[in-house]
Amino acid sequence: MSAEPVRTVAFGVNGETREATIPVRRTLGDVLRHDFGLTGTHLGCEHGVCGACTVLLDGRAVRACLMLAVQAEGHEIRTVEGLADAAGALHPLQQAFCDHHGLQCGFCTPGMLTTLVEFLADCPDPTAAQVRVAISGNLCRCTGYESIVAAVLDAAARMRAA
Amino acid sequence: MTGFPDTRVLGRDVPRKEDPALIRGRGRFVDDIHLPGMLHAAFVRSPHAHAAITAIDTAAARAMPGVRAVFTLKDLAPHLTDTRLVVAMPSPAYRLELHRPVLAHSEVVHVGEAVAMVVADDPYRAEDAAAAVDVQYDPLPAIADCVAALRPGAPTAHAGAASNLVAEMVVEYGAVEAAFAGAALRIQKRLLVHRGGSHSMECRGLVAVPDPIEDRLTVWNSTQMPHACKRMLCDLLDLRETQVRVVTPDVGGGFGPKLVIYPEEVAVPLAARLCNRPVKWIEDRREHFVSTTQERDQAWDVELATDADGRILGVRGVLVHDHGAWTARGLNVPQGAVAAMPLAYLVPAFRMTIKVAATNKVPVTPIRGAGQPQGVFAMERLLDEAAAALGLTRDEIRRRNLVPAERMPYATPMRTRGGIAVTLDSGDYPLCQRMALDAADWTGFPARRGGGGAVRRGIGLSNYVECTGRGPFEHVSVRVEPSGRIVVATGAAAMGQSTATMLAQVVAEQLGADLGRVDVVTGDTAAAPIGLGGSNSRQAVLAGSSAHAAAVRVKAKVLEVAGELLEVSAQDLEIVDGMVRVLGVPGGGVSLGEVARAAAGQAGFVLPGTSGPALAASEEVVIDAMTYANGSCVAEVEVDTGTGAVRVVHLVFAHDCGRALHPRIVEGQLMGGIAHGIGNALYEFMAFDENAQPLTTTLAEYLLVTATEMPKVTILHHESPTPLNPLGIKGVGEAGVIPIGAAIASAVEDALRDYGVRIDRLPLSPVDVLALLDQSTVLPST
Repeated sequence: MSAEPVRTVAFGVNGETREATIPVRRTLGDVLRHDFGLTGTHLGCEHGVCGACTVLLDGRAVRACLMLAVQAEGHEIRTVEGLADAAGALHPLQQAFCDHHGLQCGFCTPGMLTTLVEFLADCPDPTAAQVRVAISGNLCRCTGYESIVAAVLDAAARMRAA
Repeated sequence: MTGFPDTRVLGRDVPRKEDPALIRGRGRFVDDIHLPGMLHAAFVRSPHAHAAITAIDTAAARAMPGVRAVFTLKDLAPHLTDTRLVVAMPSPAYRLELHRPVLAHSEVVHVGEAVAMVVADDPYRAEDAAAAVDVQYDPLPAIADCVAALRPGAPTAHAGAASNLVAEMVVEYGAVEAAFAGAALRIQKRLLVHRGGSHSMECRGLVAVPDPIEDRLTVWNSTQMPHACKRMLCDLLDLRETQVRVVTPDVGGGFGPKLVIYPEEVAVPLAARLCNRPVKWIEDRREHFVSTTQERDQAWDVELATDADGRILGVRGVLVHDHGAWTARGLNVPQGAVAAMPLAYLVPAFRMTIKVAATNKVPVTPIRGAGQPQGVFAMERLLDEAAAALGLTRDEIRRRNLVPAERMPYATPMRTRGGIAVTLDSGDYPLCQRMALDAADWTGFPARRGGGGAVRRGIGLSNYVECTGRGPFEHVSVRVEPSGRIVVATGAAAMGQSTATMLAQVVAEQLGADLGRVDVVTGDTAAAPIGLGGSNSRQAVLAGSSAHAAAVRVKAKVLEVAGELLEVSAQDLEIVDGMVRVLGVPGGGVSLGEVARAAAGQAGFVLPGTSGPALAASEEVVIDAMTYANGSCVAEVEVDTGTGAVRVVHLVFAHDCGRALHPRIVEGQLMGGIAHGIGNALYEFMAFDENAQPLTTTLAEYLLVTATEMPKVTILHHESPTPLNPLGIKGVGEAGVIPIGAAIASAVEDALRDYGVRIDRLPLSPVDVLALLDQSTVLPST
């Protein structure tokens, strides 16, 4: 086999420009995790169903397992590591997840959070039914989702009050 | 919940110790571990359910860029004391010994069985090379169905085997024949119950790190059983105990299959030693579907005998259980299923024959619930049928048979798989049923049923009793360090159930109530000399009991030494946060760290106190008897007779797990189990074709419950502290899943009562429901 084609790519990650020379077939998820050391984004199925690897691309939720890193060239990626504010204070969603026991093993949590950051930006005052639909592409085997729904409603209320 | 009276942190919803790292994406799961020079393994897996291997050519793969090594069993065998994983729990019932090989060499017996291992510089190249390994197969007839597997002339799952009967055993007590001979009513049913996989969101994986300087091996493994893994590595790689450390990083869910020891868990560490480099292997989801253990099929032919009043006289029957191709754990799933069947009720005579059948499919081992949902399903289906035959309501027939509270502790004639007497230690089963019925407004249901039409509403009920807290022990040590920090180390293994929080609560209750001061080390063989790990809803019961006992001892020592330092009596002291002080006198006193420094001793000086050096204690509280949790579930459903879709409208779950150490965590465990149970009842099906080729190998084909399928759930708690452990707790990690399928089946049958449909199987997909309606010869009333 001939040498793998590589390319140097640059894109924003949590507000910083990151650059890497990588094989073109490497997924965004693998580059974030293994080239940039941002292991908060998790891979649960690598076929786009479980939602654990969800990150925000220019504010929109995408599956980092279904996207090649070279496709992120010039875009801005936000991962779970970029949700807390500059001083380190948790995002209201993160705080609400802790307060409502919205995470157990924590593996699906980063994808839930990024999905919900986008959702609450679009829908700041959701009903429980809307929250359920919003996370219906994110699988969790631990919680049964009820505590997550409660956390999201609480976080939305806190964000509206802020 | 009444909880713990007069406690500071036990029974309180304290913040979890696990959350701060996980919520920021700073957890450390096994695939998050990166080491310099690390190589990546990929496995070549069988595409055949059953075939002879005639040749394996690795030359092309070895020549590919970035490939460091390709191993077959022939390459590994010289470095192994045994090429098989002998992991079967003991039983005299085995007819076939099915110890699976570290890699298949002459025959493959299920799709996904590992045949060769590639080690390369990166995982993409490892997978490329795995695809280039040329394995020549000679396909053999495969057996997919466990019932067909036991028929004469069936293809054998293993070439040359006399049959597919892995084991046969009888669980029996009482005068069964007499009970049936004299019965006013006999009900006979054939039931088919399927459960799929566990599907923790994190698949399996490990990183093996050789240390050539000290000739040691560290294995970071996403396992529920680090000590068992270490034992296996010492045995198979012929290493001394001091040479091997197995440690669990954050584990992204377990739910059963991670208590099994797999071929990859031996092959990857051996590859690391042979390559003298760290080697990582991370299972992907498609591999998980064909190589991680499952809980699949059971066929129950069962009979119930009652008197004219519906009182149970006896139960008998035969259970055929799909074992898969290898014995990866033991016979515990069918044993657990049969054991769970009668437990909630007074059953004077019982005989179940268990036939365990080998098939050409992934091995079967426990998934959350471990057979108990199936056993409960069988019993509850019989009771519904008997109620209908006798003209009793479904709640009344159960009321007449539930073990009454005044019989507790109730010594059943049963024994566990380890020969330990099954004694229902505590609880009020009829009360839990009443709580569930009331919360579900059972008596008001007729008004909600509505008339005919395409969408039919029904309600169903089930009861369960669950064996929890399997002994005999779990190791916990507690030590107050001179820094003032409290270090708790245990053989218990965390997989998302808040084990660190639970142990920190138990210990902090005795030692100052500051959870932030407690560091908990779980699942690390270097930190705990022995341990049994995570299974069987056991860790709060066993590790919690040991943590409590150790913390009580350490507390006494702290007070004794502090009393000497402060020149006051130990009885007059208390520990608050990090200080030991005179009771009720804030300010002053001595810090825990200072007490620990004094207790650490100095060469040539007399130790303070009378009980030796250091503020430390280690405990393995032995509890052989299991503690029995119980509960009742009412499900209300709507069935669309046009589409076959079942929608759960309301689910009430009334349960008793003894005292709750952390009510919010208890609810979280239950809710996760309930979601799993809904999946088992309606969605999850691991399909194979007649040649045992798996048909559902993505999460788009195998359906896990999502947030939109979750109904309104009402959870009710009753607390009967068990006398079997000092904290009065029972396990709760699996309870949620156990009665759900039975309750939903009962509700669907009730919804379709005008059609005369009987629900004798799970799961119930829309296609299954439509097929039942199509077969119905009863015309609905409207």
